[in-house]
Amino acid sequence: MAEPLLQVRNLTTRFNTERGRITAVDQVAFDIDAGEIVAIVGESGSGKSVTALSLMRLIPNPPGRIESGEVIFEGRDLLKLDDVGVRAIRGNRIAMIFQEPMSSLNPALSVGLQVAEPINLHRGSPWAQAYEAAKDLLGRVRIPDAARRLASFPHQYSGGMRQRVMIAMALACQPRLIIADEPTTALDVTVQAQILDLIKELTRETGSSLLLITHDLGVVARYADRVAVMYGGRIVESAPARVLYKDPRHPYTIGLMASVPRLDGDAGRRLVPIEGQPPDLGELPLGCAFSPRCRMASEPCRSARPALTELAPQHWKACFNDVRL
Amino acid sequence: MSGSEAPQVNQAAPGRSNDEVVRVEDLKVHFPLLKGIIMQRRVATVQAVDGISFVLQRGGTLGLVGESGCGKSTTGLAILRMLEPTAGRILFEGEDITAYDKERMRPIRRRMQMVYQDPYGSLNPRMKVRDIIGEPLAVHRATPTANAYSERVSQLMRLVGLLPDMAERYPHEFSGGQRQRIGIARALALEPSLVICDEPVSALDVSIQAQVVNLFMELQERLGLTYIFIAHNLAVVRHISDRIAVMYLGRIVEIASRAELYKRPLHPYTEALLAAIPVADPEIEARRPRQIVKGEVGSALNPPSGCRFHPRCPKVMDKCRSLDPLLTDLGAGRAVACHLHATA
Repeated sequence: MAEPLLQVRNLTTRFNTERGRITAVDQVAFDIDAGEIVAIVGESGSGKSVTALSLMRLIPNPPGRIESGEVIFEGRDLLKLDDVGVRAIRGNRIAMIFQEPMSSLNPALSVGLQVAEPINLHRGSPWAQAYEAAKDLLGRVRIPDAARRLASFPHQYSGGMRQRVMIAMALACQPRLIIADEPTTALDVTVQAQILDLIKELTRETGSSLLLITHDLGVVARYADRVAVMYGGRIVESAPARVLYKDPRHPYTIGLMASVPRLDGDAGRRLVPIEGQPPDLGELPLGCAFSPRCRMASEPCRSARPALTELAPQHWKACFNDVRL
Repeated sequence: MSGSEAPQVNQAAPGRSNDEVVRVEDLKVHFPLLKGIIMQRRVATVQAVDGISFVLQRGGTLGLVGESGCGKSTTGLAILRMLEPTAGRILFEGEDITAYDKERMRPIRRRMQMVYQDPYGSLNPRMKVRDIIGEPLAVHRATPTANAYSERVSQLMRLVGLLPDMAERYPHEFSGGQRQRIGIARALALEPSLVICDEPVSALDVSIQAQVVNLFMELQERLGLTYIFIAHNLAVVRHISDRIAVMYLGRIVEIASRAELYKRPLHPYTEALLAAIPVADPEIEARRPRQIVKGEVGSALNPPSGCRFHPRCPKVMDKCRSLDPLLTDLGAGRAVACHLHATA
């Protein structure tokens, strides 16, 4: 079996805040194989976005700092590279698609220029040639009349079209890994489906891997091959998507599945919510971060943090109890 | 049945049960687009809501769904008379309130309230929770003494699952879900019969949404409330509504009971919306036929000719481009505005 494209080991990222140091990402470890779509799901404050930013070395310092860990990509540890080395990879071998297409695009530059920029920067293509490539890219993300739209500015695009531009930029240098952080949260329902379908199709076509950060269990079910569930800065369960949905083994995963209304569920039935609030990273309990909300929690859960252990090949969970759906 | 269970609510409308709370007839809300500073002239009209009709029975929940710009929030605000209707009629508990001025709306307002989307932006950060919840009581002089006021605030807090001893705190001390409970308590302070909920759970974390959805359902049972539930999430709307109206660019394109709409969507847009939402089960997803509708919602400033959905419709026919389909009653409380389903 070939080496995974990306190996993350013991990644820990902390932030200094008014209320002291908080651990946003706590010893996170996972792999992404070539051509694979891996999803990280979690609620706000679970550490899913900080994980993505840490991989790209985009944590603002101060207040944040990647404390420890390894991010091995194509045989090199990204955390050990200097700034020049990281810049050579970022936007080139690893690209990112953000949530807010409007604030991620420069309002004062034409779309064509922005899509051409990474090609000029990383490939050293002359601008004229990069511009030509940008036209093809806009066509590939199905922007109608791409040649004419190159000269337009971001505000002249609709929300969905802007996100297509972001995808075109991400694809510009044929990255091996695309990180998409809530890429469709700001978009309308029908446009969300279009964009995610497009991302999936293009990653399949180019053979690149995708790390999809989302809070939506439906999106995960539709697009991901493998899933990691994060809670309070840690991965609490990870498994191939089909396994996770059929046989979730962490109480939080089980709780999430029961609390989300589904199009095919029993309408009008009471949902089974997870009681309590998502954790405050500044005041995490000593034991398992989920223990204050967990129906199964017992004494060991409150005093020690369960480690992520392998239940079955590829199925990991961090829980002392044996729980099933 | 619901009447006897909810004595405190039906004071405003004694002895009535199973009657109409809201009737909207051919409601239009248009916004002029003005140009110029001194000599303002109208250069265009945004047809935010353009001729919608529906009836809502007491104790029922009407879900209003659609994508941005479909007019769902505008409809809610127009019913509350927070926006001026351009044409049409709004009847609230049998009373035509379309032309009511501020003074005449005042007593009506007590009986119709709103819960907003953003629990962060909709609560005054400088007010204590007791005053946020109690403000409607003070404005309408609903509680005669300070004691009665405090008692009522405590009662409301318990009703929505907050501890009354949190009353002296400020909104920032609460989580998103708790803030939404504060907003709900405030909306219920004057014992309304109608609550319009505008995307009340979309800003909340997934695990918290279920808590708030359950609270809405419990309150409805206990107090006999009538809801208009505005949302873009069809799964949430399906869960809480017994009737659902799907809106597109200012029109209702389909209205039906929950069971009918989700089992057999008739309008191609309803189908598209349902198909766009992924189900949280990879095996079902792998089997589901995928038909993603193309394009994006058009502009209410210049809606497409004929059927407003025709530029995106996978089943578009020639007449759809020129002929605007009417909302046609198919019986059993179901209506659809599509040439495919027009009864000859």
